[in-house]
Amino acid sequence: MTVQAIPQNAAPNHELPDLIWPEKSGDIPDWIYTDPRVYELEQKRIFQGATWNYVGLEVEIPKRGDFIRSYVGSVPVIVVRDLREQVRVFENRCAHRGAEFCKSYRGNSRSFVCPYHHWTYDLTGKLAGVPFRNGVDGKGGYPEDFNLSDHNLRSLNVTVLGGAIFASFSQDMPSLEDYLGPELYGEFTTIFSGRKLKMLGIHRNVLQGNWKLYQENLKDPYHATLLHTYLTTFGLFVAGNKTGIVADKDGRHSALLNAKPEGRPDNDASKAEIRSFKAAMQLADPSILEFNKEFDSPWTSSAITIWPNLILIRQLNILSLRMIVPQGPNEFMLVWTAFGYEDDSPELEQHRLRQNNIFGPGGFLGIDDNEALRFVQDGIKRSLPRHGVASLGKDVEPMDTVITDRAIRSMYKHYREVMGL
Amino acid sequence: MQAAAPNVADKATLRELRAAIEDFHCDYAAELDRGDIEKWPNFFTDDALYRVIARDNHEAGMPLCLMLCQGMGMFKDRAYAIKHTEMYAPRYVQHHVSLVRVTGFDGTHATAEANYTILETLVDEPTKLLQAGRYMDKFRLQPDGSLLLAERHCIFDSVIVSNCVVFPV
Repeated sequence: MTVQAIPQNAAPNHELPDLIWPEKSGDIPDWIYTDPRVYELEQKRIFQGATWNYVGLEVEIPKRGDFIRSYVGSVPVIVVRDLREQVRVFENRCAHRGAEFCKSYRGNSRSFVCPYHHWTYDLTGKLAGVPFRNGVDGKGGYPEDFNLSDHNLRSLNVTVLGGAIFASFSQDMPSLEDYLGPELYGEFTTIFSGRKLKMLGIHRNVLQGNWKLYQENLKDPYHATLLHTYLTTFGLFVAGNKTGIVADKDGRHSALLNAKPEGRPDNDASKAEIRSFKAAMQLADPSILEFNKEFDSPWTSSAITIWPNLILIRQLNILSLRMIVPQGPNEFMLVWTAFGYEDDSPELEQHRLRQNNIFGPGGFLGIDDNEALRFVQDGIKRSLPRHGVASLGKDVEPMDTVITDRAIRSMYKHYREVMGL
Repeated sequence: MQAAAPNVADKATLRELRAAIEDFHCDYAAELDRGDIEKWPNFFTDDALYRVIARDNHEAGMPLCLMLCQGMGMFKDRAYAIKHTEMYAPRYVQHHVSLVRVTGFDGTHATAEANYTILETLVDEPTKLLQAGRYMDKFRLQPDGSLLLAERHCIFDSVIVSNCVVFPV
């Protein structure tokens, strides 16, 4: 048998040679959203590769032994604070027979015991004991060369920044600061400055779409200026505002930045093409859109995408994270975490809660996006293949260009490199 | 929610109240299921509180709601958004309310609980269960003898929402 040598300069995607990326700039092939082989390769090369994946907030596990369930890509993990207060992340899979042993959203424990055969792990993920290791009455039991230390939980690389916890299957990772790059690090630490956070709650929903559509959605100011009446009519994000898009040098992370004008936006010529702009619309309770300036930032909103699994949103006084959990090519789960700060006044906390009506699976805008993404996946998976178009704007253009797909294109440039497509 | 003091002595009044509350649920469900969303605020007092909250958040003491209205303005704005600004695929919804229990009555307010399920049907799709949950209600008796909701907490077991919840619970 001969093993065919792979040429050194070949794209590392020799596994999927039948998939050819279209040549035209901005064209996106349907199969990246629907092909199960692409999905599997993404899990391996992206989520289990050299990426930092958001898994939770420190405020969710304040005490020793506190844990939450979470995910890295499609892999269930446990995020735990060990007895030395160090944050640990390990696979939620017993090393014995594979049981996903932790079935609670959160809790506190001194150890993890798999309910099936009672293999017991300490809070660092080390296998601490197995029942009947030496059998009974000298009969049965594990062989002599059985070592507990060969059967620890698979442990992930962990980093914490300003209270946000990230994990990686790769042990060889740059710091999160370097991973984000200076622009995104700045936007990130505006919110995660080290100020103590307070959890307001979590929404969870399953979307019938490919996970990348969600990253695209938050890199797509075009839709934001068209789909969302709440953004356009009340000036939260509308063409004509002071806006900006920044990305890291690799093009994988980005932030859509926007400065809401005082009062409502002018009903000028730029609004004529926006069908969702309703100049006459009034709120019966306009207090929901009040903005209490709380950061030293020129932007009233910042939609940050951190590759591959996190969206960090600051919109007026809403602070929220959306963690993307892929569940096959056609479906993903979103875990929305809304938070404030420990030293918020009761009034500000109430205001954040009221304002959170805008987002989430029951939100004024959340509903728009969830539905739109589903429409896209329905269209892509059920009709004849053709390429999607993301050709707005230029790859190099002024930061304040808003009718542009350049952040989507730069993400796919990076994606193709990693995936070898 | 502050429970009204239970008046267990007068079982006849509680039975009458339960009948009135069941009638209220029927009207509420019928209005929502018909799709006339702008009539929905009429079931609430001007100062009412309405929360749709995941059971997980509720039990963990986290206040984030899927939908939150405090006062009539927010009810009207929610109804307006559903009717005029949100984009969603057309759908039928059907509310089913069962196991109504009156837990207290102090002369002006009655507290009550009930289980609910909501079925949702989209074009070219089989009907699915959108929500299973529990209402925790506080009704305020009106001068004409009718009831309005002063508080409705919809605590849903179906924590993982299938895509989105468009219409109120």
